[in-house]
Amino acid sequence: MVSQKENKTSSVQQLIANSRNHKMKKIVEKAMPALLFSAALISILTTFGIVFTLIFETFEFFKRVSITDFLFGTQWLPFSGKEPLFGILPLIAGTLKVTLIAVVVAVPFGIASAIYLSEYASEKTRRIVKPILEVLAGVPTIVYGFFALTFVTPMLQQIIPGLKLFNALSPGIVVGIMILPMITSLSEDAMSSVPNSMREGALALGATKFEVAIKVVLPAGLSGIIASIVLAISRAIGETMIVSLAGGSTPKFDLDVTDSIQTMTAYIVQVATGDAGYGTTIYYSIYSVGFTLFIFTLVMNLLAHYISKRFREVY
Amino acid sequence: MRYIDDTVVMKRMTKRIIFNKVWKSLFFLATTFALVTLAILLYRIVTQGADYLTIDFLTNFASRFADKAGIKAALIGSLWLMVVVAPVSIILGVGTAIYLEEYAKKNRLNDFIRMNISNLAGVPSIVFGLLGLTIFVRMLGLGKSVLAAGLTMSLLILPVIIVAAQEAIRAVPNEQREASYGMGATKWQTILHVVLPAAIPGILTGSILAMSRAIGETAPLVVIGIPVILQFLPNGLLSQFTALPMQIYDWAKRPQEAFQYVAAAGILVLMIVLLLMNSIAIFIRNKFQKRY
Repeated sequence: MVSQKENKTSSVQQLIANSRNHKMKKIVEKAMPALLFSAALISILTTFGIVFTLIFETFEFFKRVSITDFLFGTQWLPFSGKEPLFGILPLIAGTLKVTLIAVVVAVPFGIASAIYLSEYASEKTRRIVKPILEVLAGVPTIVYGFFALTFVTPMLQQIIPGLKLFNALSPGIVVGIMILPMITSLSEDAMSSVPNSMREGALALGATKFEVAIKVVLPAGLSGIIASIVLAISRAIGETMIVSLAGGSTPKFDLDVTDSIQTMTAYIVQVATGDAGYGTTIYYSIYSVGFTLFIFTLVMNLLAHYISKRFREVY
Repeated sequence: MRYIDDTVVMKRMTKRIIFNKVWKSLFFLATTFALVTLAILLYRIVTQGADYLTIDFLTNFASRFADKAGIKAALIGSLWLMVVVAPVSIILGVGTAIYLEEYAKKNRLNDFIRMNISNLAGVPSIVFGLLGLTIFVRMLGLGKSVLAAGLTMSLLILPVIIVAAQEAIRAVPNEQREASYGMGATKWQTILHVVLPAAIPGILTGSILAMSRAIGETAPLVVIGIPVILQFLPNGLLSQFTALPMQIYDWAKRPQEAFQYVAAAGILVLMIVLLLMNSIAIFIRNKFQKRY
């Protein structure tokens, strides 16, 4: 501690230099960036953790099941006692069926509402509709799953008599509704960022609002719109609760959408809720399926990133 | 001399104007599709679940009988989950955001961190479940506990919090930092006493929204293997527990029709919790957020 007497005679700089606080301050200044950096490292460790667990356990799986059988096998029968079959294609088929239906629902509706919100709607309408879409995006997927199973499926069964209780159509439509706000919101952002001078130029030449939207704004915002669709596809591929509630658990390698299916995510859930002992082939199989799922979504995410970066038009 | 012949213009324009009107209404209908779906969804759940949503439902444990089934263990379990998720994800998320916005220089490592965070945001939640099962449940031996599930959920919502905190920190104008330096404050003092207080409303809003995502997530819990029918409440971080979405999933899966109504009542509870959290977030955003 500096005594009162010295204090009066020393300059401000000396005061600062002498204070015990100063040392602490120096340590804190040095330590904080390192501490914060280690927080940032956690996210990298998470990625490494994911990749290593998936690769490590999948490797264990391929010690027991041949990789060609896995990649090209058209039958996924892991629970058939003596000779289980692990061909991933039926699970991929189920996933793609649901994803395709979701895209068919979400893309037209999503882009149409994005056009409406960005080109036609008044500022007031936009301010009301956008938060409602956010609510739609915030509904837990388990609620959507329940909705698919108890409302959409019975309703579709009235229209399509042959529809099974578990099918690809109903979860596909509901996954489409789930990813719709994402497409709308991201596409609307892309279209809103098209400068007004371009719209005004087209309007001055005598174009109608519809022509401006389709021939000027849509092409100008295309990269953002496509990126939003690709991201939405990635979300649909990884969706779990809707498909495991309403899709069923029958992996089939065909194109039928009225019959029970199984997706990659639904299979993982089925095994996790069952009693597959640690170390069994079935236990390792969920990692191989998880790894395949991870690759699918990673490719989609990188693609979306690339599209929005590579083809972004700057005005 | 006339340059424009009105009759010719009208003849050619009419079709295009009608086209415009038709498409405008089509675009409008598409927009209402989402809103109508949301309305149906909410209406269905309220009409199905309201009758079952009683005090007994809130205070009973799970049961094999629909009319005795309650949500107590799941509701308290979800709160316990937040006890882990909130501090872990906010400290890590805000720490990362401060590092990226205030300290990180432009180099490959930091670019990699940024790229990595945006990729992590796109990893399906079920894959996080596999990570949690392997690392937390098995390798670290935490079992199917509050802690294991909480850490898994924290990692899942980390990217969301980081991005929200980054935006909030970026919105603090540089003049404020410079003024602080000018008064002789060090970098960390500036961050702690100037930047963070100004960014807290934005950080809190983002964190609460991320938290509500964690409350609704089911897939990671299912993969970790969180049990459903529990007759006791968790008494610590290493205790077994169940959570709202797990409980709903279990009820929705049951073949008896009565459980559909129980599931709807459970969904109502979940939605009310989410609604409360979202209104708190909106309240904070409106009340405290400054524009510079």
